[in-house]
Parts: sequence; C-alpha cells; structure tokens
Amino acid sequence: MKNATTLIYDGSFNGFLTAVFIAFEEKLKVMDIQKNGQTQNGLFSENETIFTHVEKAKRVWNGVRNKSYNAITNIYFAFLSEAEGIEMMLFEYIKKLMAHKGKQSDFSDETMLYISQMARKVGREKHRMEAFVRFQLTKDDIYFANIEPDFDVLPLISKHFRNRYTDQQWLIYDVKRKYGIFYNLERVELISLNLSEIHFNRSRKSQTFTEGEYDYQELWNNYFKSTNIKSRINRKLHTQHVPKRYWKYLSEKKEAV
Amino acid sequence: MDFERVKEKLNILADAAKYDVSCASSGSDRKNQNKGLGNASRMGICHSYTEDGRCVSLLKVLMTNHCIFDCAYCVTRKSNDVKRAAFKIQEVVDLTINFYRRNYIEGLFLSSGIFKSPDYTMERLIAVAKKLREEERFNGYIHLKSIPGCSDELMYEAGLYADRLSINIEVPTISGLQLLAPDKKHEDFTKPMLKVKNELIRYKNERKLIKSTPKYAPAGQSTQMIIGATGESDKDIMYSATYYYKKYQMKRVYYSGYVPVTEDSRLPSIGSQVPMLRENRLYQTDWLLRFYGFAVNEIVNDDHPNLDIDVDPKLSWALRNMHYFPIDINKADKRMLARVPGLGIQSVTRILKARKFRKLNWEHLKKIGVALNRAKYFMVCDSRNWESRDLDANKIKGMILQSSTSKYKNQYHQQLSLFN
Repeated sequence: MKNATTLIYDGSFNGFLTAVFIAFEEKLKVMDIQKNGQTQNGLFSENETIFTHVEKAKRVWNGVRNKSYNAITNIYFAFLSEAEGIEMMLFEYIKKLMAHKGKQSDFSDETMLYISQMARKVGREKHRMEAFVRFQLTKDDIYFANIEPDFDVLPLISKHFRNRYTDQQWLIYDVKRKYGIFYNLERVELISLNLSEIHFNRSRKSQTFTEGEYDYQELWNNYFKSTNIKSRINRKLHTQHVPKRYWKYLSEKKEAV
Repeated sequence: MDFERVKEKLNILADAAKYDVSCASSGSDRKNQNKGLGNASRMGICHSYTEDGRCVSLLKVLMTNHCIFDCAYCVTRKSNDVKRAAFKIQEVVDLTINFYRRNYIEGLFLSSGIFKSPDYTMERLIAVAKKLREEERFNGYIHLKSIPGCSDELMYEAGLYADRLSINIEVPTISGLQLLAPDKKHEDFTKPMLKVKNELIRYKNERKLIKSTPKYAPAGQSTQMIIGATGESDKDIMYSATYYYKKYQMKRVYYSGYVPVTEDSRLPSIGSQVPMLRENRLYQTDWLLRFYGFAVNEIVNDDHPNLDIDVDPKLSWALRNMHYFPIDINKADKRMLARVPGLGIQSVTRILKARKFRKLNWEHLKKIGVALNRAKYFMVCDSRNWESRDLDANKIKGMILQSSTSKYKNQYHQQLSLFN
C-alpha cells in the first residue's frame, strides 16, 4: 500500500491548484496540504514539495469551472480566507465536485456547506473593504489608503477600484500582509513595501498629505455627525455594521478610537 | 472655496436633510465612461453607519432650507425659527467630487426646501446634476428629489441625469395631508410620479428597439411616508403603499417613524418616543409583500387593522392560519416554504437545492441557518421528533416568545395597552 503524502506548496493559489493536480494525477493518498514554512511533519507520511506550475493549475481551474462557475468562485474566495486547514477542505470539496455533478449546491453535505459559508464570509469582507477604504491625498498626488482586513481580499477588490477611480492614482495598502495594490492611471500593480509609519487616520496631521486633505476630512466628520438622529440612537446596531476593529482606519471614527 | 462658510452650511443643510430615510445607492449600473470619475454599483455600498445605525451611502443635503411652505411635520417649514442657509451650485459639486474621490460616498442625494417656486427649485437641483455629469464627467449615483408641483418638462430633464427620482408623499392619507400640509395638493405629488413612470416605460420600450437609448432614472423612483403622526392604522399605511407600488411602479416605499421636531397641537409632542418598533414591523410587511408572495389583505385587513407588536407579521399570519400547517419541508413547494415563520428566502433556496440530494432532518436545517425556535412548530422533516403535542396558536406564541429575546421586549406591554 502506498504511504500517505503531505504536499508542501508555496502558499500561492496557483501553487495550491498545482498540488491538487498532482494529487489527482499521481493518485496520491493525501494526508495534508501545507504552506511552505508552516509545515508540521506527520508521523506516518512522506513530504512532497510542489513546484508551482501555471499550466497544471489552469487545468484544475478549467476543470472545476466547467463543472460550475459558482464552485470555482467559492474555491478562490474560501482559499483567500487563509483559514487553518482550508486546503484539505478545498481538496475534499473538489474531489466531491468532480465525482458528482451539481454537488456544489448540496447544502446538507458538511464540506460543501462549510466552503460555501467560508466563501460568503470572505465575500462580506470584500464588500466591507469596498466600503471602508478611506483615501487620503498625498502631496505627490496619490490617493492613499490603509486597510487591515480579516482575510486577504486585496486581489478581490482590485477590479472594483480600477473600474471606479480611473482618473486618479491610488494605492491601497494591507497593513497586516504588508503589500498593496497601486493604480498608475494605466493598470493595477501589486507592490510590496514596508511602510515605516502607518498612516491611519490619526488626529495628528502628517506632512505626507496635502493641506486640503484635512479640510475635507473635517467636512466629512462634520457631515457624519450632523446626519445622526439623536432620538433614534442605537449603538449596538452601529457597532454591528461598523465593527470596532476597523475604526482606526475610518476618518469619521478617529475621535472614538 | 471658503472652508469655514461651507462647513457651517454643510452642518445646517445635512442636519435638515437627515429625515429623508432613503439612502439606497443600488439598482443602477451606470458604467465609467472614457476614463471619467466613478460608476454605480448595482448592489449599492454603505460606506458608513451613523450612531443611530442608519447607513451612510450618499452625501445627503438640501440645496437650501429656505421654504415657502408651512408643512407641520417638517423641520424647515416657513414658521419654524431655525438657521437658514443655501448652497451655491459649485459648492455642492465640489463637495460631492471630493468626498467621492476619497471613497466616502456612492454619490449625491440632493433635496431642497422650496424657494420662489417649485420649478425654480427643481431647475437648481437639475443644474447640479447636469454639472456633475457633463463637466466633471461623474458617473456615480445621483438621487434627486422631485419638488411637489414642478412641471413635466423638468421631471423629464431630471431623469436624464439622475439615477433615482423620489417624491415623498409623507402623509399616507389625503385627509391627513389637508390637515398637516394645507399648502400642498395631492396632485402636486402624483403628477411628477406619473410623469416619471410614463418616461420609464417609454425608455424601456425604446431600448428594446435601439440599444443605445440613453438611461432615464435607471434606479427608478421611490417615496416615503411618515408613521405615527396622524393616527392612521397599519392597514391604511400598507394599502396606501401597495397602491403606490402598483400604480406608479415604485422601486421602494420607505416608512419613517415620526421624530417630533416641533410643538404643534396637530402632532405628537416633542419628547414622545419615535415608533421604531412599529416602523420595523411595517418594513417586515413590505418585504413579505415584495419578496415572499403575500397579498396585503392576508396580513392587514378589517379584522386585523394593526400589526402585532410582539411577533413579526409572518409569524402572526401563521398563527392565524394554523390550518395550513405543519408542512413537510421535504415536499412543500417554494411558495409554501417561504410562508413558514423562521425561514428566509436564503434558507428556502438552500433547502430546495439540498433536498435534491437527501431528505433533510433537523440537524441539516439548523446548519443551513433556519431559525428553528420559530420554524419547528410549523413543519415536519426527516425525523420522528416533531412537535406532536396538540398546541393551539396562543400556546405556540407563548412558547416562542419565551424562548426568544428581543431588544424591544420591554416595549410590548406598554405599547400593547395603547391599542387595546
């Protein structure tokens, strides 16, 4: 009998899909799929390092997409959750999907339900980031924003901002994952940079931004206050919609932090 | 731009605009053209929420709070002693663009007090929208208020620049309108609505023939009613809402619990509580009518002119119609599933898909997200453990109330005694 194998991949989505391809092709008994650098040796399994191969990844992508467009979206979204053990759940999901047509909508199956719920969670975070990004205009004419999303949603929100803000340069930086997306009026580029100072919306003014920037922040904060109806106050609902962990990046909530 | 002056105006004119509850930015899919600024997101985006829990999606301001009318319920009415201000057209444009570029908002919601005449006021609102679209090449969301009594020509022009048009009926009954807003006639509200409806139909038909037909108010029109100002029943309100949905093809009717802003013998006094729970029940009813296939007379009628305060309208309907239940979750059709208390549209869709694979039991339903504490009395599933006691509606209601918590619980008693 073949030994169980633990697949080690580079952490990228293509790397993961390559691992799935190899598992199918070599009919491996997969013990676990782990990110490089976070590996734990199993007692009774062999490790196999996967080299990301775009063609192989594409074949898995297309194979799943031909089964269901919905399923491939679910897989990509759930993968970006970075949840512990998500790779094995996804592998399980793909296996079941390939074995049974339409399986992605079997919400009475735990794997299918788990992945679809995880994908929804990531989708919610994507939507929240499209709402909570607050650009600040720098002196070199770039609209700059910091975010700290629960999941790795930068790749998902890029299209929204590219379609919307086509005539201004912008940069959205993920503080937690230390990379950003930058639009240079032509296309969006991934950039990794290590900011020495995190410019979240502090009351203290920074020299990085234009003078007018703080005027508009003040106008916005004023607007935010005037539009509140005091006799209808409902703080619980407020924090449900705007969870506290995002406050430090929202100019209208900076006083409350 | 004189920053201090604009700040003061913004405070006054945003404060006066906040009683308009519509903040929708959905329903339009205007694309970004030729590298202009912005687009409209079909599902809409709420960029922030105020401390009262309402969404902030648009920059919602009045052009001015000067007004020649004296409607009792309105904070900017002629006889009220408040600070008055007026924006210049360019000031509104600058604020919108600069807020939009910072991703604070989805667009502009522009309303106004009526100064000089309805047409003069409407022209100013249109001028802002036109400037945004043509000079700033702005493709974000614009919601314009239709001014009661303005001309058809202006309503036509407004729809060419705006995504949504709305006119607030405010008082659900004609008699109430005469009492509270003697300057306004019912026709002043319905004429612009009718014009917009007809243009929407005309443009839709033209688009079938010519694909490049420009957009006319792609997010449709909406209206708003004040709740709890004139003693109307929930039946009056919901029948009136149904009328506007059907007759003028409204996208939305909003219900706004009356916030006392002035001492007036015709209205609840200052300091009386905003009827937020009642407002909530009306919205629930609105949803049942639009998405769950209920007819209005099933929920409110002469025997039940007012909605229950302690349970939601669907549960209330089910308790009055126990002869339909229990239903078999593995066999019932979509229409009936949607009528089970505790099942939302999302759960219904999932159940329909999942039951193709196997018969569902309590465990499955719980994981799918069904509110079983309510639903279990009204259904059977693939399990022998269903509610076998012979319970009547009152018992079920008591058991459900006991097992649930609501932030409104302390209001039940107090409000119930009002109706009895």
